[in-house]
Amino acid sequence: MLNYDLVIIGGGPAGLAAAISAKDNGIDSILILERDKELGGILNQCIHNGFGLHTFKEELTGPEYAERFIKEVLGRKIEYKLNTMVMDLGKDKTVTAMNREDGLIQIKAKAVILAMGCRERSRGALNIPGFRPAGIYSAGTAQRLVNREGFMPGKEVVILGSGDIGLIMARRMTLEGAKVKVVAELMPYSGGLKRNIVQCLDDFGIPLKLRHTVVDIEGRDRVKAVTIAEVDENNKPIKGTEERYECDTLLLSCGLLPENELSRSAGVDLSPVTSGPIVNDSLETNIPGIFACGNVLHVHDLVDYVSKESTTAGENAAKYILSFNENDSPDRVVKINTENGVRYSVPAFVRPDKMADNLTVRFRVGNVYKNVNLCVYANDTLLQKLPKKIMAPGEMEQIILIKNKLNEVSDLNTITIKIEEA
Amino acid sequence: METRELNCIVCPMGCPITVTLENGEVTSVTGNTCPRGEKYAKQEVVAPIRSVTSTVKVLGGEWPTVACKTKTEIPKGKIFEVMDALKGVSVDAPVNIGDVIIENVAGTNVNIIATSNVKAC
Ligand SMILES: Cc1cc2nc3c(=O)[nH]c(=O)nc-3n(C[C@H](O)[C@H](O)[C@H](O)COP(=O)(O)OP(=O)(O)OC[C@H]3O[C@@H](n4cnc5c(N)ncnc54)[C@H](O)[C@@H]3O)c2cc1C
Ligand code: SF4
Repeated sequence: MLNYDLVIIGGGPAGLAAAISAKDNGIDSILILERDKELGGILNQCIHNGFGLHTFKEELTGPEYAERFIKEVLGRKIEYKLNTMVMDLGKDKTVTAMNREDGLIQIKAKAVILAMGCRERSRGALNIPGFRPAGIYSAGTAQRLVNREGFMPGKEVVILGSGDIGLIMARRMTLEGAKVKVVAELMPYSGGLKRNIVQCLDDFGIPLKLRHTVVDIEGRDRVKAVTIAEVDENNKPIKGTEERYECDTLLLSCGLLPENELSRSAGVDLSPVTSGPIVNDSLETNIPGIFACGNVLHVHDLVDYVSKESTTAGENAAKYILSFNENDSPDRVVKINTENGVRYSVPAFVRPDKMADNLTVRFRVGNVYKNVNLCVYANDTLLQKLPKKIMAPGEMEQIILIKNKLNEVSDLNTITIKIEEA
Repeated sequence: METRELNCIVCPMGCPITVTLENGEVTSVTGNTCPRGEKYAKQEVVAPIRSVTSTVKVLGGEWPTVACKTKTEIPKGKIFEVMDALKGVSVDAPVNIGDVIIENVAGTNVNIIATSNVKAC
């Protein structure tokens, strides 16, 4: 059995930022475990730019952004193991992993940071019966094939779902000579960023059809054509609105889902809304010493926020390791309620006595809201009212909770974040 | 007088911007949250520019491709000329971030540089 103060599962942007910050906060015994053959996570296949605008004030591509963090990790001589798959995580923070050189390894950690990222929602999104010919890919798989393997999956493409990866791939495949015929989106709004609609669809005249879904796929061995139709308010296809597109490829871009099999096996409580762990203001799960950050916690559209969040997780894990005392009494916690269109918040709980002076709370809304107020209440007292011109489900929002303000409220028992009419 | 509705693409806020033009000259820009939006809008209505990101082949590397980009933006109308110039280009591993792959691509005065590292194998 190996012993480390801190084991970080996943060497993507979340794991890297968490490792750097834990080291800078006084932890020397750190091990990053990554199942891939390189550090950097999914960013290695995201070759488009737009990363790091907030952190570095310049527009980087995914691999360039990752490289900045990898350099910092190497510079600090933080240990990592590649090609190493974590198989199990125990309540007692025993990590079981496997690789070719060491075989099965067991590591006892004082603290663990979950940074496993997310995976794409699968074909279940495709709600039509029948067999599946070749030529159907998730957008992320297509991204890896084109950008890393140098292989174009097809020439004529229909995309279902308007998440950012789908939009980015519409442009990428167009640039490589494919004809992207249409992007169909079930919802009345796109799940992707505005800038991606402009740069990836409008620039190339690719139509985006909202409230549309795929109703038929033709082809025995390979996709030959895809039919889409408009849907009614119950998301049922409307007869007579069918449009048939000849194509050899169908990309599915139907959102991302945090990857939490390991968390579950450790007994970490997961949120039914985000599918990620439920955490307090230090990003600690219900199991003391197990922290989470990045896409495993909740799906981020901006890697800058992943890095920020993960820096916080690293710092808090360091604090936990350095000050852990079994005899400490449990902390006082207050729940954050989310109402009126606010779907969830990360964190879901705060410790009013121990929280940061200015705590960033991140969340998403469930619909498109225009000219509304975003309000924060402590019990029934209105603490903050922020006018918002627009809020959309595709974009993560954040507010800052101020410790002093919260603690001025007597008998604080709930914090509520909600949207109100302006 | 002519008005154009744009969405700023400089940052993920994606502010809706209205530009008014008179005889091809920008007379007002509204809706932007920050000065970068104004700069973008003025450029966009007169001569739109974009960055291009793509890949080129690598010989003898641990990956068959290396990611690359135009070092700065190029005229939007030149995107496909740049893509054509990348076709058939291959570089030998190792490749490092920042290495120049093509100089003055498609007559834009902009270089194509590598944006990922590929080790030799
Ligand atoms: C296909 C795809 C494309 C994306 N494109 C974009 C984009 O264009 N722009 C953008 O801003 N965001 C994009 N995202 C979101 C992007 O994932 C985040 O911005 C950011 O990369 C999240 O960082 P992370 O470290 O949380 O996750 P990841 O980057 O996914 O890193 C998680 C790491 O954990 C490793 N791991 C997982 N399970 C185990 C295990 N059991 N054992 C060992 N290692 C494990 C994985 O191999 C991976 O390296 C994309 C996501 C996906 C899935
Ligand atoms: S105007 Fe400024 S804040 Fe708005 S999208 Fe453009 S750069 Fe971002």
